[in-house]
Amino acid sequence: MKKVIMGNHALSYGAKLGRAQVIAAYPITPQTQVVELLSEMCADKSLDAMFIKVESEHSAMAACLGASLAGARTFTATSAQGLALMHELLHWASGGRLPVVMGNINRAMAPGWSIWSDQNDSLSQRDTGWMQFYCSSNQEVLDTVIQAFKVSEKLLIPSMVILDAFTLSHTYEVVDIPDQKKVDEYLPPFNPSIKLTPEEPHAFGGLTSPEHYFELRYKLQKEMEKAPALIEKTGKEYEKMFGRYLGLVEKHRCDDADLILITSGAMGSTARIAVDELRKEGIKAGNLRIKVFRPFPFEIIRNAVKGAKKIAVVDRNISYGHHGMFFEEVKSALYGYSDGLPVFGFITGLGGRDITPSTFKEITQYTLERDKPKEEIIWIGVKL
Amino acid sequence: MKKKKGAQKIVFKSEKDFPLMPMSVGSMLFNKTGAWRNIKPVINLEKCIQCGICWKFCPDVAIFIEKEWPVIDYEYCKGCGLCAEECPTKCIAMVEEEK
Repeated sequence: MKKVIMGNHALSYGAKLGRAQVIAAYPITPQTQVVELLSEMCADKSLDAMFIKVESEHSAMAACLGASLAGARTFTATSAQGLALMHELLHWASGGRLPVVMGNINRAMAPGWSIWSDQNDSLSQRDTGWMQFYCSSNQEVLDTVIQAFKVSEKLLIPSMVILDAFTLSHTYEVVDIPDQKKVDEYLPPFNPSIKLTPEEPHAFGGLTSPEHYFELRYKLQKEMEKAPALIEKTGKEYEKMFGRYLGLVEKHRCDDADLILITSGAMGSTARIAVDELRKEGIKAGNLRIKVFRPFPFEIIRNAVKGAKKIAVVDRNISYGHHGMFFEEVKSALYGYSDGLPVFGFITGLGGRDITPSTFKEITQYTLERDKPKEEIIWIGVKL
Repeated sequence: MKKKKGAQKIVFKSEKDFPLMPMSVGSMLFNKTGAWRNIKPVINLEKCIQCGICWKFCPDVAIFIEKEWPVIDYEYCKGCGLCAEECPTKCIAMVEEEK
């Protein structure tokens, strides 16, 4: 069934179709409608889940962890300051190997107080051991929530499904809402081999001596390394059943491109349009949108840029004292593999400043005029 | 009290044996925390009224009720003194350990 829905409701429908059993969330702009719709679904029993009202995001995640440990499929959603407040418990989720799925609507961190989009909130959580999926359309948001449950529960690693504030969260798009029966077939009930139960009592997350802690971390990383292949496999299964592939990256006219724009999130679809316009002007551009940031898809990026003459990474985030974070990661993926391919790092659109096709044309212009980047960070659109 | 005798330090021989997540695997069977104690509770059963408050309050579950009387499990009692504090008849004395 096709419906015109906002990105926030795409998250809610994803959680509903995924049959989340426990939802604990605290409202924060621009995520509020995710929670509103889910609470309505729980109230009118169209979703058979327990909705736990909590006093903060810290408690929201804590409630999800307890429920997940007891074997329930859990979902929550947040943004910016809310995600930062959860930070401690994000480590508890991944360290405890609890496959919580969370929607995060990218919102710039305060101060200055902002409700608009940039990626610093979620990227600040990159080392917490969560998988991160950056979506570029409402359809992809809904589909990815369902896939994330499947991948997370297989690996016992939590997932963050990420979308841009307003550009996706409050923008209405046509979304195909899959049939519940087919989703049930794709996503079987969560049935962990270890769970909190009175029949077999255990203490979880207790004191772990140097004798064992190291191995727990080793195992978390080893499972994370299995994620890229599993995401591709479950993405293909999804395509077979629902007609839409869910992969690690999205390539648009990369095969014969001289210049590849590397993007993420909603700006990935803007870049696609810019690339088509640039092609009409005779510039051989391509767009590689990175969807999965953790685990980072090293292999696929190395292969995708083979044949390109220049790479421009566009970041809507910044690691202060370093670079844009996608730029850092792309360079680290290519080091030693790309024979000195020049990689340009652009930062634009912080705090919700619009990213339009002309932004990408400016980026392309800069890149074409230079053999290699002269600056560590190339700022686009700063009015100073 | 039923106790598993001769429990030993847990050694995982392969990655497969290692627990999936940070969870207890029975280390308390050999990790006798009673050794941490400096003072120990001693119950004067003549003054005990069998109210069960010490059993209820013990944070380490180191007090058992056997045939309606409280018994302290000194292998795990850390000597916190909560039982002595809560006892309504003050029949539990905290006595210095002899080392």
